[in-house]
Formats: sequence, C-alpha cells, structure tokens
Amino acid sequence: MIERIVGARLGYEDSETLERFLATGGDLGLRKAVLEMRPEEVAAEVTTANLLGRGGAGFEAGRKWSMLRKAPRRYLVINGDESEPATFKDHLLVERDPHQLVEGATIAAYAIGASLVVIYLRGEFALGLERVQQAINEAYARNALGRSIFGSSFSVDIVLQPGAGAYICGEETSLIESLEGKRGFPRIKPPYFPAVIGLYGEPTIVNNVETVSNLPWIVQKGGAAFKALGQGRSTGTRLFALSGQVKRPGPYEVEMTKITFRDLIYGDDYGQGLLPDRSLIAFIPGGVSAPWFFDEHLDIPLGQDEVAQAGSMLGSGSVIVMDDTSCPVRSAWRIARFFARESCGQCTPCREGGAWIDKIMRRIEEGEGREADLDLLLDLCDNISPGIKWPPAQTTICVLGPSIPPSVSAAINHFRDDFLVHIKEGRCPHA
Amino acid sequence: MARFSDEMLSRAQELVSLYPDPRSATIPLCHLAQEQDGYVTNEAMEHIGELVGSSAAEVQGTASFYDMLKLEPVGRYVVGICTNIACMLRGAYEVLEDAEEVLGVPVGGTTEDGLFTLEEVECIAHCDRAPAAQVNYRYFGPLDRERFQDLVATLRNGDLDHEVPPHGTLIRVRRQAPPVVPMEEIDRERAEEGQ
Repeated sequence: MIERIVGARLGYEDSETLERFLATGGDLGLRKAVLEMRPEEVAAEVTTANLLGRGGAGFEAGRKWSMLRKAPRRYLVINGDESEPATFKDHLLVERDPHQLVEGATIAAYAIGASLVVIYLRGEFALGLERVQQAINEAYARNALGRSIFGSSFSVDIVLQPGAGAYICGEETSLIESLEGKRGFPRIKPPYFPAVIGLYGEPTIVNNVETVSNLPWIVQKGGAAFKALGQGRSTGTRLFALSGQVKRPGPYEVEMTKITFRDLIYGDDYGQGLLPDRSLIAFIPGGVSAPWFFDEHLDIPLGQDEVAQAGSMLGSGSVIVMDDTSCPVRSAWRIARFFARESCGQCTPCREGGAWIDKIMRRIEEGEGREADLDLLLDLCDNISPGIKWPPAQTTICVLGPSIPPSVSAAINHFRDDFLVHIKEGRCPHA
Repeated sequence: MARFSDEMLSRAQELVSLYPDPRSATIPLCHLAQEQDGYVTNEAMEHIGELVGSSAAEVQGTASFYDMLKLEPVGRYVVGICTNIACMLRGAYEVLEDAEEVLGVPVGGTTEDGLFTLEEVECIAHCDRAPAAQVNYRYFGPLDRERFQDLVATLRNGDLDHEVPPHGTLIRVRRQAPPVVPMEEIDRERAEEGQ
C-alpha cells in the first residue's frame, strides 16, 4: 500500500471541490488543531514529524517556526511561486486540492500565531489562483477562516496575492520584496532572516505550498506517524515531478527513501522507462540548480541525505531525464540561458557571468565555438562560485548565481567529447 | 479609459484594503489595469501610485521587473510557448517554429489583426504535458503543429472564450469575505489576551 498524504485526493475528478474535500476528511485537521490543541502542541507535532521544507532548501519546518522572533505582530507567507524548471508539484496542489492548501495554511497560522496570512501564487497559475480564491471564499463561508474559527478563540485572515512572472520571487526574501510592491530583489542575509525581519520588517515565516499541505494529515495522525514513513531525516512522502524523455512523465507521490531513481524512471507504477531503443545519458535529481546524475546514480534512494551524499540535491523534487537522442550541450545551454534571463541583476558575478555563459554555450551549440571556450566557461563558473564544488560557494546575495555552474560543469566534465565534436565539425551532431 | 473606471476603481480600493501596507497592492493593481486596458498604461501607473502612496515612477520600477506586466499593447491572446528543458527535450523548439509559421509573426510579434502575441517563455510548470504552452496563462499541451493549428482556430472562432478570457483578466473569482481585520485591532486583542 502506497501511502498518500498531499496527493490523497488527486485520484478524484472533482478533487478541487468543497464537497469532495469535506467527504474525504477535509477540515478535520484544522478542527482538531484549533479546538483540541494549543498552538505549541501543533508546532511540537510538526517538529516530531521532522517535516522538511518542500520548496527546495529542505530546512526543517518545525525548526524554522521555532526561530520566529517573538513580536506582537507576525506574518505567515505561503510560497506558491513555483518556477524552478521542471517542477510542477505545487501547480498540481493549488489547482487540484486548493482546500487542503487553505486548511494547511490556517493550521500553520494557528501554530505560529500569525496576524495575517498571504498566499503568494505564481501569476501564471490563472486557474490555480481562481480555485484558491474560491477555496478561501468557501472557508470564510463555513467559518474555517476569519473570526473565531469553528467557534474557537483563534481568528485569522488569508489574502491571495498573484505574482507577475519572475523566477527569483521564489526566493523567500525576494518574494517578500515583491509582496511589498517592489522589484523582486533578494535581501542580504544573514544576519536577518525573515523569521527575524520579514514582511514590513516584522517576523515572518515563509512556507512552501507542499509543506503546509502536509499539515492537516500531521495534525490528524500525529507527527510520529509521519516520521514512521521514510527514513532518517527524510520523513513522510513527497511529490516527485518526473519529466523529460520518459514514457510516462508525471507527478508521483512516494514514501521518502523507499524507492530509487531507477524505480522512478523505469518502474511500471512510475515513469515506465525510456522510449524504445533509447538509452539514458543523464538525469537531474532535483531541479535545474542541481548537479547532474548518471547511470551509476540510478540506485540511490529518493532521500534528502542519500542524494546529498552522492553530490547533488533532491531540491524541488523534480527529476529530468535525458536520453541519447538529446544533446547535452544544448540541455546545459538551455539551463544556463534560463538563469541568465532570470537573474535579478543585483550581483555582478550572476548578472555578467550568467550572460557570458549563455552566449558562449550558445555559440558552441550552434557550431561557432572554439576549443578555448571550455576553459573559459569553467573559469566563469569558478568566478560565480569559487571552486565549482557542491554545495556551491556563494559570491552573490542569493543562490541563483551559484545555480549556474552545476549543469555547465557537469556537461563539460561528462560530455567533453560532445563539446569537441560541436567545435570541430562546426555543428550540433544531434540536430 | 486608461485611469481606472469607476467600477475598476472600487475593485482597486477593495484590493488596497486587504493589506497592512497599501503598496502591497501594487502588483494586484497592475493586473487590474491590464484587465481594463490589456496592458499597464502610463496613466494607470500614475493612478496606481495615487492609490498605494507611491510615485508613478516607483510603480513603473516595479511593473517593469515582471514578465507578465506589459507596458506596451499586446494581442487579445498572449501565447507563451515554453522552451525550457523539460519541454525542449520533447520538441518545444519545433513547436515554437511551427507557431511562428502558423501565426505569421516572430517571437515577440503581434498578428496584424491584434489577436495574437507570440512569446517564448520559461518553465510554466506543466512539464508532464510537454511540450506545453499557455494562452493568457491558461494551460495547453502536449502540443504539436496540428494541435497548435487547432488551438489557434478554436481561439479565433471564439469556442474557448469561456476558458480563456482576453489578456489581462487573470482571476475571475472575486474575494467574498468580511473586511480583513486591521493589524492594529489584532495587536490590541492580543495584548488584552496577554499573548
């Protein structure tokens, strides 16, 4: 039996409706929290669960909450600005189970004593924005939100905020700037993380959509039941987004550490393998900021520490598969181009380095490259992130810049011959 | 036309009232301006500044940062073809070329009839339906040349009007809730409860 937590309703055609939500355990977590538990008891269950943040960094949610500065006014911001390439789990959760998101956000607000909650969703999620607004409206109508929720002494409002198209706003301090009506420029930290100085200078918790979507289950079944799933630091389940050149791309909720990348890519219940007569050349285990994996990494389990020990990261939970008909130079260029386009422009290494790498990678892919370009690319990578190591060193305000070198250096190190063929033959051999 | 109409103004004031700081409504009001005019006009930015307590220049500083906020007119339908890695691996650049041919405009261009603006966009989180696209931020995919032609034809004859409103209309569901309780009131309640 595969345990499903955040994706439990996704099998229903009408999973986004209030009727389905209430018929499948909706509100039970929130009722239990506000009527039977004190806020610190809710927080304690989340700490026991060892729920790791599902946005990408994987920081323990309970610990994040415990760092909140004790001030009379504090805010909760839900980060639904999902934009990491090949990541589509939050898109699914906001569109297909918006009530669970609102319930989870309200539970989190209760646990930390938030004065106000803002759910910040990616502007491109037009349908998701409509469905979450509908879910918020319906929550107010049945007193699951607003004044004296379910007759308890707890009151809170939720406001829905649309983004407007900027990858960088997924970075939590940039998201806060955006929410204050400004350009999405990340803030310098440390020393002051949002838990100390956040929205309007007040202490603020920023939690990912999938993270809070786990809370109704954790409150109902207990943190220990969540921790019993998975292994080590990787507890519970996670929605993995499988994409690229597999037969059956899709979102798959799996218990942490219990299956391997081989299972996810080739298993009958998951990706079902590659197209006929193709072979794997590489895959990315956790979003395009992560170093690439190859054949020898297929048997690593889908666990936070397991992937980290092998030199990459589980990140946003998106696994991208490349087969032998794809060009690794082109893939690495497209990733570099993304970061170059999305750089906010504050820091020179990212703004200039990203743009240079984009141009050089492009000219190699188009057959205009030179052999010296390979060293030049690695030199640029080294300037953005000294040592080109993992986890990356940082010369910039945020981690966008240091996310450029992993794919570029992986491609150069593992597919040097492909680069040389591009340069010598003056064309892409895969085109 | 370009400042908020009376109806839009009351919606704008409602949005401003949701936040402890009115400037937080800047982006939502830019979306509202696009709903009215299809893009964010100079006059709208001035009006937004008046409503949130910023200068028009500050509003433009914000608006110009975000890909979805258009400072120039665009077509009734903004077609965004994703070419990021997951879509690229499944033929997105071929679809992009097809789209240029079918619409008869290059990336960034708008058809002469003002119906379509073509964009190449970054990942739109629809990777299990790659190669994917959005029209006014509504999803379509997986696409190939034939499906793209069909999509364009369906948009032209109005059969998708219900699903795809004109560019700028983002959230058709209005907030229905009591006014957000002012933070000062919450502070006071908490002080009384000794929290």
